[in-house]
Amino acid sequence: MKEWLVRWLSGDMELLDNVSDGEEVPDSSREDLKKRKKEIRQNIKGTESVVSAERKGFFAFYHAVAVLSCMVLIGVLMYTVANLPRYGEENPRTVEVVKRYVEHGVEETGAINIVTGMILDYRAFDTLGESHVLFTALVCVLILLRLDEKTVRGGHLDSYYRIKEDRYFDISGDTILRLVGTILVPCIILFGIYVLLNGQNGPGGGFSAGAILGAALIMFSAAFGFDAVDRVFSAKVLSLTTFVSLAFYSIAKGYVFFTGANGLENHIPKGIPGAILSGGLILPLNVAVGMVVACTMYGFFSLFKRGNIGGA
Amino acid sequence: MVIITSFPLFTILFSLFSGVLCFLLKGRMAKRYTFVLEIVLIGMAASVLIYVVQTGREFTYAMGEFPAPWGNEIRAGVLEAVMALLFLVVMICSVTAGHRFVNVDIDESKVNLYYALLNLMTAALMSLVWTNDIFTGYVFVEILTLTSCGILIVRELGRTTLAAVRYMILNLLGSGLFLLGVVLLYSMTGHLLMVPMQRTISELASDPGVLRNLTIVVGILTIGLSIKSGLFPFHYWMPDTYGWATPTSAAVLSAIVSKAYIFLLFKIYYRAIGIKTFEMMPLKNILLVLGIGGIIVGSVGAILSNNINRMVALSSAAQIGYIYTGLGLGGAAGYTAALFHILVHAVTKSQLFLTTPRLAEVSGGSLLFRELQGSGLRDRAAGGFFTVSALSMIGIPIFAGFSSKLQFGLAAVGAGNRKLILVMLALAVSSLLNAMYFIRTVIRIYTDHPEKTERAGRRAGYIIPMLVLTGCNLFLGLFSRVTLELIRRGLSMFG
Repeated sequence: MKEWLVRWLSGDMELLDNVSDGEEVPDSSREDLKKRKKEIRQNIKGTESVVSAERKGFFAFYHAVAVLSCMVLIGVLMYTVANLPRYGEENPRTVEVVKRYVEHGVEETGAINIVTGMILDYRAFDTLGESHVLFTALVCVLILLRLDEKTVRGGHLDSYYRIKEDRYFDISGDTILRLVGTILVPCIILFGIYVLLNGQNGPGGGFSAGAILGAALIMFSAAFGFDAVDRVFSAKVLSLTTFVSLAFYSIAKGYVFFTGANGLENHIPKGIPGAILSGGLILPLNVAVGMVVACTMYGFFSLFKRGNIGGA
Repeated sequence: MVIITSFPLFTILFSLFSGVLCFLLKGRMAKRYTFVLEIVLIGMAASVLIYVVQTGREFTYAMGEFPAPWGNEIRAGVLEAVMALLFLVVMICSVTAGHRFVNVDIDESKVNLYYALLNLMTAALMSLVWTNDIFTGYVFVEILTLTSCGILIVRELGRTTLAAVRYMILNLLGSGLFLLGVVLLYSMTGHLLMVPMQRTISELASDPGVLRNLTIVVGILTIGLSIKSGLFPFHYWMPDTYGWATPTSAAVLSAIVSKAYIFLLFKIYYRAIGIKTFEMMPLKNILLVLGIGGIIVGSVGAILSNNINRMVALSSAAQIGYIYTGLGLGGAAGYTAALFHILVHAVTKSQLFLTTPRLAEVSGGSLLFRELQGSGLRDRAAGGFFTVSALSMIGIPIFAGFSSKLQFGLAAVGAGNRKLILVMLALAVSSLLNAMYFIRTVIRIYTDHPEKTERAGRRAGYIIPMLVLTGCNLFLGLFSRVTLELIRRGLSMFG
């Protein structure tokens, strides 16, 4: 094994000072590194007060209280659960809603899969919120991880570290990985599309299919490198896909909510339960949700790996 | 079919859609767009309020073709409309008054993401206000949690990231407990919509065993939401979170977000559990004690802090304590006082958080008291606005804080001797403590410092929104009867 790898694995932080293969390290960044290490050491001195608090037994007390309160909470919850009405028991008060979903779900929503009918038709407003939760998470991760002038300049992230690491640990050129990727990625995508389109007829739907499609994209980029993905799925495509899917969801469901609440006919055909084109809006909504989930998953992967979605 | 009944739905959908749209826009465009959108939303909320007051009837709005127990539903009454209107007004004032700091604090390439988060947050706030379904409440609590962490980390300082991580951990704990409560309530009643749930609960609660179980479940819900809003033993995340965020975020988080959780909790008590069942539980007294604890601990913490933002943040802990004290006093008077204080605190605290950075700006960028000397003279606008809201916080007549303290006093008088003494003592002590730290600050910022000569420019973009907030403050103080009447009417519709 190469010497630098052994030292890196053993946690030697001085590694990057003495790299000799690859690019020459400019003197200025070496100076910066030394300065930052000095700062870190000074910061460690600042934590001595915390260490002494630890010695005084504060943390023992803290752990004891934490464990105790968890035990109490567990006890209370066990007690509550033990007193709940038994699962599956016929209780006329509590099955009103469930009964309607099970007995009339197929005819009212046009979906054989009752769960899909519930989340995308009876309670579509909640799912509208839920798909925006994913989008919000994507925005937050973008803020946190996308490299910008401020993070690079402010020294939170050293662009030097990042570039080096990426080259050391990028395995996209690996022959085995490429071969397996060539065989698997199309199959995974096909399976994802199947799950996406059959959400109303069987197990599946937007959330699970989106996860599968996202996994396919991640595998594709791991096997062939980000450049290959960027050619078809750049940052622009990703944000446009997200925008179109969520906007479609909001507008389509807004129309249904508006007509439904005002007692108007919404003119959306339910189709024959069991066919692919059935369930009214459920299929297009599933596609929209699936796209958002796939974009979010791939976006997370890309942001964590290289600090951006497309480009650099 | 009246188009106004669709406005609550539109406020939610428009802001969700705008959140996604701002993702594509450039920073400057996103800001302008957000501003226009907020004005449209304010118009909608105001017309809903007028419509509900005129007809004198609440209305529910089925989300889709399926009626109440099967599909989602939103509801608009006087209380909801008042809250929505006020939240939106504070939101637009914080966004416009703080936008100059946003440009400084946030990297240019991420400004549009910041506005995207603010729009998503508006959608979540509107949904929490209008919802008639506790699971919808949970979904939008999630969005609110994520967006509030997002608008903290966007400043990209080590301190804000640390504060955001701590805030997120506590918030997720709160969300988890809230979800647990929702699930348990669902398995007990079989409903998620508030009205059918209340009907089932009132049948079930006659059995003492079930009532004990219900108390535990409502307790879990309460703990979850009180962690998020920062009630006394859980208030330690506040100083760091509010103290280091960019001013708009601090104002929005302390003034609106924590109030939205309290309003949701109140809505659950009143509409999902039923206020009669809730008053049978011993939870009220616990809330009262914790609220009073928050008042004292928050005020003492504020006196001990040497940084103006931390002081204002800890005073938020005290004000949250007031609101929970009102809930703990119970009865129509107590709830009215609590709801009125939500409005008062939203208006005042946002103004405080928007003036402190201006004062710091003319003091070499430092928030420490010793550096702030004379800053009120160097930046007269910010100093004046700070003084107004500080006086309101202390409870000087003609300002809003006085009216709300008066309401707490009146509510305590009707609540029995022991509570009367406790609450009156807490009110007296906290007014004294409030006066100690706010008057000290006002004197400090108006004592001339001969060496410092920086001057602040006057900008209409800052002064106009602050004047609007001051106007709201004076309106709540001088014409409190109007607002109180609205709240009372809303409460009678709520039941």
